[in-house]
Amino acid sequence: MKIHEYQAKEILRRYGVATPRGRVTDDAGAARAICEELGGRCVVKAQIHAGGRGKGGGVQLAKSPAEAAEHAGRILGMQLVTHQTGAEGQRVRKILIEEAADIAEELYVAVTLDRAAGKPVVIASAAGGMDIEEVAAEDPQAIHREPFDPLLGLLPFQARRIARRLGLSGDTANRAGKLVTALATAYVETDASLAEINPLMITAGGDVVALDAKMSFDDNALFRHKDIVGMRDLAEENPLEVEASKHSLNYIKLDGEIGCMVNGAGLAMATMDIIQLSGSSPANFLDVGGSATQEAVTNAFKILVSDAAVKAVLINIFGGIARTDRIAGGVVAALRELGGAKVPVVVRLEGTNVEEGRRILRESEFDFLVAETMADAATQVVAAVKRGG
Amino acid sequence: MAIWLTRETRLVVQGITGKEGKFHALGCRDYGTRVVAGVTPGKGGESVEGIPVFDSVEQARREAGANASMVFVPPPFAADAICEAAEAGVELIVAITEGIPVADMLRVRAFLRDSPRVRLIGPNCPGIITPGQAKIGIMPGHIHRPGRVGVVSRSGTLTYEAVWQLTGLGLGQSTCVGIGGDPVNGTNFLDVMQAFATDPDTDAVILIGEIGGDAEETAAAWIAESCDKPVVGFIAGRTAPPGRRMGHAGAIVSGGKGTAAAKMEAMRAAGIHVCDSPAELGATVARALAGR
Repeated sequence: MKIHEYQAKEILRRYGVATPRGRVTDDAGAARAICEELGGRCVVKAQIHAGGRGKGGGVQLAKSPAEAAEHAGRILGMQLVTHQTGAEGQRVRKILIEEAADIAEELYVAVTLDRAAGKPVVIASAAGGMDIEEVAAEDPQAIHREPFDPLLGLLPFQARRIARRLGLSGDTANRAGKLVTALATAYVETDASLAEINPLMITAGGDVVALDAKMSFDDNALFRHKDIVGMRDLAEENPLEVEASKHSLNYIKLDGEIGCMVNGAGLAMATMDIIQLSGSSPANFLDVGGSATQEAVTNAFKILVSDAAVKAVLINIFGGIARTDRIAGGVVAALRELGGAKVPVVVRLEGTNVEEGRRILRESEFDFLVAETMADAATQVVAAVKRGG
Repeated sequence: MAIWLTRETRLVVQGITGKEGKFHALGCRDYGTRVVAGVTPGKGGESVEGIPVFDSVEQARREAGANASMVFVPPPFAADAICEAAEAGVELIVAITEGIPVADMLRVRAFLRDSPRVRLIGPNCPGIITPGQAKIGIMPGHIHRPGRVGVVSRSGTLTYEAVWQLTGLGLGQSTCVGIGGDPVNGTNFLDVMQAFATDPDTDAVILIGEIGGDAEETAAAWIAESCDKPVVGFIAGRTAPPGRRMGHAGAIVSGGKGTAAAKMEAMRAAGIHVCDSPAELGATVARALAGR
């Protein structure tokens, strides 16, 4: 789960991380007063979940309250396009207004999971304010990695080493060490999957401040973090994905034309891949769960066909413990409940009692295209789209 | 004799009194697995279809001689169940549970460092099966047949798909291992490949990976150096968008790392027969074996 910058800063402040003074608002009219409160110079920052906001015009410096009001009016309600939003962009509903900072240096620190080591890792770089992926690609030496034991937390000597590697010394190094330790503690205690400060600012006076902050969390651990669940912003998520999550379906909207319904995440990805190999593109990822119950199939089908981009549907189910004939019955019942489908539907069933399952599909009142293998299914569904188009 | 699981293995099912736990405990027993005990704290002394239930794994080990465990405990308590089994001296722990927090698995990994003889498979996996002998997990037993191809995968139904292709071609399986779809797990591709490479009953291996992490690359590097047996590979998720978790918690391309393209490239460089299409897995094994 992702949260906004202002929410991440709220969490990090609880752990003792310094952030610029500021306030969040959804009201452009409030910008002038907030800017005055902050001393007359401020930064207006669009709050959306995607990164790259600055390049897209979603972060603006205001040298006066009037200018702040002007920026706020323009940014609130805009469709902000960044490299992470896709071409349609993301509508800005909230802005964070912060005091303008007096930047001496911009650094980078983050905590994330080192999968191979099975440990959290602090990633630090003196090249802050830039895309860290680009830094990693161009100059791997510029990035320091400090894995730490999840049971012990980040140890003081490790924090000191990180500060040294950031090129800091004296009081500033001590402050940076404390901040990195706080960031690591916040990461562990909130079950975060990413806690990132980019840039981490060193002020002219040697203070260490989180100028930006980004956090995301392990969905599997949300059951023990009710406060974080309360920060979820459904407006930032695709409406079809929100609908799917209500039915415990794993659905991700993509930009292709063939709706896919599959049981199991690996098979679902493989089905998307084989659609592409066959000359078309998947409109979504959708895992209806290993047992593919009638209820799951019905809900999944509703979501698939409510996507206007879908020109045909491919249902690929491997019935293992769940018998294929029961699944076929579920697919037919789902279509009856929905009053049929307006697009061609290719069904590929395999596994237990598959002959009976295919017979149920063929003898139903619907014109299913019944496929025998995955390759056959992909070929048929792509052909159906080409015919229709 | 295949790897890690045989008809001699004695299984305890943790969480046997839950609906799923009971269903799959009986499924394993029907397949031929010796299910000697169940564990549900507070329900010791009961029995599930003739399987004695104990309060602790320690008791199940002492009184029923269990040396393997299948974990069906709900996510908030699953890490504790795994540690309990390890501490009791159970050598093979198969964690089926989906949805265990990553932080809990990090603690489990740290705990298991004190138990080097314990093998954890999973979590969030279909389990392990040695066809014709025994299964510990939720896979449909009847799609398998005994034979000489090893299968290792991060996925459930995609593994069944591969097994079904093999069985359809008359190629049986020595052992099939689902290592699970989570970012932090117990057994990885490398561990399974090392076991298959020295298993006299395995002639070839199918390795089914997916986007996220670098476990496939690590295994490929080892295969290039140390594995003489033909390996057929597939990576799911070449069409997955970066930054999105594709169902499995571990299936995510982040920071440009863990792409299907990079994994396929590493596998090809290691001499692995990489399939572009998941429909070609069985046929590719058949060709690789014929070409030896």
